[in-house]
Amino acid sequence: MQGDRIQPIAPIEPVLKPGHTYASISDKISDIVVKRKTTLGWFLGFGIAFSLTMVLFASITYLFIKGVGIWGVDIPVAWGFAIINFVWWIGIGHAGTLISAFLLLMRQDWRTSINRFAEAMTLFAVACAGLFPILHLGRPWLFYWLIPYPNTMGLWPQFRSPLDWDFFAVSTYATVSLLFWYIGLIPDVASLRDRTEKRLPRLIFGIMALGWRGSAQHWHRFQMAYLLMAGLATPLVVSVHSIVSIDFAAAIIPGWHSTIFPPYFVIGAIFSGFAMVLTLAIPLRRFFGLQDFVTLRHINIMAKLLLLMGLGVSYGYLMELFMAWYSGDQFETYVSLNRLTGPYWPIFAGVIACNVLAPQLLWFPRVRTNTLALFGVALIVNVGMWLERFMIVVTSLHRDFLPSSWGMYRPTFWDWSTFLGTLGLFFTLFFLFVRVLPMIPMFEMRELLTHREGHTREEQQKLAVEPEGSVA
Amino acid sequence: MQQQPLDLAAIRARLAAESGPHYWRSLAELAETDEFQEFLRREFPRQASGWLGPVSRRTVLQMMAASLGLACLTACGQPSEKILPYVNQPPELVPGQPLFYATALTLGGVATGVLVESNMGRPTKIEGNPDHPASLGHTDALTQARILDLYDPDRSQTVLNAGEISRWESFLAALEPNLAGHRATGGRGLRLLTESVSSPTLLAQMATLQTTYPQARWYQYEPVNRDNVHAGSRLAFGTELNPVYRFENAAVVVSLDADFLQAMPGNVPYANHFIQRRDVTQGAHTMNRLYVIESTPTITGAMADHRRPLRAGQIEAVARSLAAALGVADVVSMPLPVDMPASWLAALVADLQRNRGTSLVLAGDNQPPVVHALCHAINETLGNIGHSVVLTDPVTRPAGQVADVRQLVAEMAAGQVTTLVIIDGNPVYTAPADLDFAAAMNKVPLRIHLGAYADETAFLCHWHLPAAHALESWSDARAFDGTISIMQPLIAPLYNGKSAHELLAALLGQPTLSAHGIVRQYWSTQHQGSDFDSWWQTTLHAGLIAGSTLPLRAVKVQATSYATTNPTGGSPDTGLEINFQPDRSVWDGRWNNNGWLQELPRPMTKLTWDNAALISPHTATRLGLQNEDEVELRLRGRTLRAPIWILPGQPQDAVTVHLGYGRTQVGKVGSGSGFDAYALRTSDSPWFSSGLEISRTGQHHALVTTQHHFNIEGRDLVQVATLADYQHNPSVIHKDEHPPSLYPAHPYPGYAWGMAINLNACIGCNACTMACQAENNSPIVGKEQVALGREMHWIRVDQYYEGNLDNPASYHQPVPCMHCENAPCEPVCPVEATVHDDEGLNTMVYNRCVGTRYCSNNCPYKVRRFNFLQYSDQNTISLRLERNPNVTIRQRGVMEKCTYCVQRISAGRIQAEKENRVLADGEVQTACQAVCPTNAIVFGNINDPNSAVAKLKAHPLNYGLLAELGTQPRTSYLARLRNPNPEMPTE
Repeated sequence: MQGDRIQPIAPIEPVLKPGHTYASISDKISDIVVKRKTTLGWFLGFGIAFSLTMVLFASITYLFIKGVGIWGVDIPVAWGFAIINFVWWIGIGHAGTLISAFLLLMRQDWRTSINRFAEAMTLFAVACAGLFPILHLGRPWLFYWLIPYPNTMGLWPQFRSPLDWDFFAVSTYATVSLLFWYIGLIPDVASLRDRTEKRLPRLIFGIMALGWRGSAQHWHRFQMAYLLMAGLATPLVVSVHSIVSIDFAAAIIPGWHSTIFPPYFVIGAIFSGFAMVLTLAIPLRRFFGLQDFVTLRHINIMAKLLLLMGLGVSYGYLMELFMAWYSGDQFETYVSLNRLTGPYWPIFAGVIACNVLAPQLLWFPRVRTNTLALFGVALIVNVGMWLERFMIVVTSLHRDFLPSSWGMYRPTFWDWSTFLGTLGLFFTLFFLFVRVLPMIPMFEMRELLTHREGHTREEQQKLAVEPEGSVA
Repeated sequence: MQQQPLDLAAIRARLAAESGPHYWRSLAELAETDEFQEFLRREFPRQASGWLGPVSRRTVLQMMAASLGLACLTACGQPSEKILPYVNQPPELVPGQPLFYATALTLGGVATGVLVESNMGRPTKIEGNPDHPASLGHTDALTQARILDLYDPDRSQTVLNAGEISRWESFLAALEPNLAGHRATGGRGLRLLTESVSSPTLLAQMATLQTTYPQARWYQYEPVNRDNVHAGSRLAFGTELNPVYRFENAAVVVSLDADFLQAMPGNVPYANHFIQRRDVTQGAHTMNRLYVIESTPTITGAMADHRRPLRAGQIEAVARSLAAALGVADVVSMPLPVDMPASWLAALVADLQRNRGTSLVLAGDNQPPVVHALCHAINETLGNIGHSVVLTDPVTRPAGQVADVRQLVAEMAAGQVTTLVIIDGNPVYTAPADLDFAAAMNKVPLRIHLGAYADETAFLCHWHLPAAHALESWSDARAFDGTISIMQPLIAPLYNGKSAHELLAALLGQPTLSAHGIVRQYWSTQHQGSDFDSWWQTTLHAGLIAGSTLPLRAVKVQATSYATTNPTGGSPDTGLEINFQPDRSVWDGRWNNNGWLQELPRPMTKLTWDNAALISPHTATRLGLQNEDEVELRLRGRTLRAPIWILPGQPQDAVTVHLGYGRTQVGKVGSGSGFDAYALRTSDSPWFSSGLEISRTGQHHALVTTQHHFNIEGRDLVQVATLADYQHNPSVIHKDEHPPSLYPAHPYPGYAWGMAINLNACIGCNACTMACQAENNSPIVGKEQVALGREMHWIRVDQYYEGNLDNPASYHQPVPCMHCENAPCEPVCPVEATVHDDEGLNTMVYNRCVGTRYCSNNCPYKVRRFNFLQYSDQNTISLRLERNPNVTIRQRGVMEKCTYCVQRISAGRIQAEKENRVLADGEVQTACQAVCPTNAIVFGNINDPNSAVAKLKAHPLNYGLLAELGTQPRTSYLARLRNPNPEMPTE
């Protein structure tokens, strides 16, 4: 584990506030789960989220009884909120994987304190996203026909269909994310097992810890498995949303049929994902007093990444408009014109305001380190990315080739209730997560401490003109 | 049930005596009262216990047989009289093999000959009768929808006496003393009111009635009548005559507000002959030329080479000017309306003069008699009579129907009517508003109504008798040219309905006579030859009586009769005019409860489920009105609230309202739809009237259309050329080549099905949409769902405007599935629910569809339809009978679309394979093709270079819709040609 770590030029916030010891880190994080009383605020938040989840269940029940006709989908706009929400939720998940896997491979140690809940966010976002393709089906009870399984009909799915790739992409993503998250949890769950006094939690944590004893062999295998999973998960950051984008790009509909879509979607996904991480991190560190672990340095870096990704999606919008003009294709040109001036122009205006203009504030360090302002920008980007998906799905479909079949799409009550319901499901899961599992990986934070002490030792060694030694 | 007091002590004792856990339901059970035992027996009948035990195979079969038997008992029986199949007469019905019977259906008393497909005794589809002059093998949308009428669950099902369920026998018993009174007085006080009647049998019965009851009177009234036609011919010729147009002989046609392609008796053959003169695909390089001056946009106007919108009241002035310019003597002229340039008229006159004997000027049924008389005079002057127009005696009994109903109301109000028998029709709803028919009718001591629905009139009658549907009963009727068809029933009356013949027989004291007996008896007296039985069989088989066409009358226009008529148009250039039109779907309101017709997008407006007050864009701007604004229409003290719909091509300052809506006593389907335009319609001006006032109420009424965008956005979707350009260079239209592909073309060694739609022949009449709905069990979805864009029509008629808002050219384009060889819908379906078959059909596998709707998104033509909800009615028994047994009823969540009538292809292929031959061209006809009055849709094997469709596809006017996308559509279009008069001033 030797390396020429780049030293910060200007004095900036550390990734871990000074003054922490192994014990204080473990205490502070695990106490939230095992010691701290469940607060009224938690109950309030959980209550609201859970109520929305019940709204989701009610909406799904009604949907299954009546059919997708309860939504606003129609001909020509046969895809509506379900697909918009699916893409939005899947996109949100991406930042989690990027942080936990990609940055792990890149040895970005600042990821440590945020990777656990970012990854939980991924998992819950994928859970919400995964609901939609099934709910969206006309006959949802037959969703398994998309799975290639040997059957009496002797039929395979259509492997040319992007929807089928979608199925594989999303299910792989969900599986890998779950495994990666769980593997990362094992040492911490073992710590909780050892720190819990109550019998039932100890039993549950004990089972989840899979007999973790912290032996060197355990650690060795754990590190190897974790690294391998990270290697597996990293390509998914790119592949999943590329395939989701191909759902659109493979179609011949102007506004969808575009080669820029895969990178454009991946960047958009990471953009929205970081926005959601910030949306979650800022209140979390505030309410659980985790400013020591999630420092302003984290916030600052994520804000910068948000800005970078924002510039990426802006480039995407620009290129779409440019290509529409440059292609000279009357249908492409019309779609762009229609986005700008058609009946859905407020959506386009919203997208530009939220995704292009609002992130420009992040050029200012004052905004990047002002958590309240940053929280606002992150929320705006969340909304903006949802609007972007609305723009892509609806404005492309509602006016395509034959003017005679042009139509409008108007979401119904059930569209909204299902969407808000998944927000409820997401936050319900998240509230449960922060209550029963350590939201910051304790063992990795302890490693940070090791590194820092190592630093000190290195510096001492350098001062003593001694040869560099191992810091592990 | 009277309860015995419980003996609590005994219950205690019994409980104490039980050992082990004993569960009881109530004290009544414990007491083992008789009531409780009775209750148990009722709630759990003993038979039901059979299912509790093991079910034996025998039991299941017994139950199935019984259920099937009972199910069959409910309705579909063969009528007891012998009817004859059209083509072949198998010894018995072959299950699964449909039979076709020839019969006729009437509208306004005028018959259209049809062949009705019967599947195991259930009539399921109506086709045209090729031998019948009013059909030529085709029908229109209204005729297609009649099959749904038959099975309408809201049809009147029982005799009603003052609203209480009663029986035909009770009615007869109640009628008898009344008839005895009439016999004594010679029928004084007995009045009959019917719709227009052409039935020879009914006329004979009426004659008998007149002799039995000399004092009785028979009146005819229906709101969409031909009074003006009859009165016009009386003005011109001194006698009522029936003009029959021969468009096949007309090179120049001038329509003065006549929608002869859709709303005139004979519209189907008229359209056919008219389009034949425009066909350039069979070698001809000439076309007729159509001028239309009309008071509201119609499909006839859309076909015009030159069209002028004028208020209905202004058309008389044009007719007079035209007549004067063409040399008709002694015409009192009127100033031309400002919207009619003299140069336009001059060009028209010159064109007519060049085409003496091969031109035709005709007036609409809504134009006053003088316009009809002027048309006769013009046609005579041009030498057209006997060529492009012939005259026969009237088809229906000529009567001034408005005068008739006015007379009847006067008699009723004066208390002179003691018995009123209303046979069909709904005068309480349709009678002119100024007559107050209902109030007068309520003074009649005995009111009897025979009708298909317990409607507004039935509601106010003492007796309501359910009428037999035209497919349930025997009758006869004359076509537009007088040809007589004998109408035979396809099915025994579902609800014991009675026909007019049977009711009249009852009035004549012969209540036991059947309609069959009456009709057959009448014709046996009429038949001259020897072998009546074989004549009867031949006639039924053919669907018409050979040689029964009315003879042509050689008449001369009486010199001054039309000229002395003073102008009646009033002051045509001022004020707002209201124009009443029959709705092109629900007509005068009789089909208000027909869901197919309600949901059929109206030509020109594409409105469904509603009528609207149509105004021109210019007038809308002037009055500050928007679409769906509710307005109050005031006409001579009467008011009506109606939503506004702005229609390009509508004349300035004219409001068109369609009749047939705003019914108060109607079934589930029609309930609550539209507004009642009859409220403003008076007996002195039943078709149009000036002096309309309009004001906004501030309310809105949502109207739903199936097409929101009529601007073609400069896209090459409907290709149009002029005849002159085409003659100069046949390859006049722009064609997109298929872009090159990396993949080799897929071979289709056998049949390769394809379709060509000739836009030059399409008149936009909607018949294809309706026929497709009838053939393919397409559900209706209702107004709310149409508003959401979820209508289920597999073939739609798109409409585009070109030119200015006030008088645009409009083009129709039927769009079914293109069956693309490179279908974009196929690769995107994740479960392969839509795939190509080996004959090139893009098939839809309902069973496999999971409903991702990706195929619809990726369809550039947006022809796919999705069952967003459970649209097909799976519960109403009578509607199940209607369905085509060869087409799946779709479940919710499943995509569907045009199949090129794959069931018909399969049936044809099976037949050909049995006979070890290939299918001949034209042997398989899709439903839309078969119905099309103008043969605009041609379907067949494109692998056969001699097939009609292959020849059309080789025609230089053939092009593929959005061909530049590389979809390689199997459905292609032939460009529309226009034939403008080069002398006509450009606008």
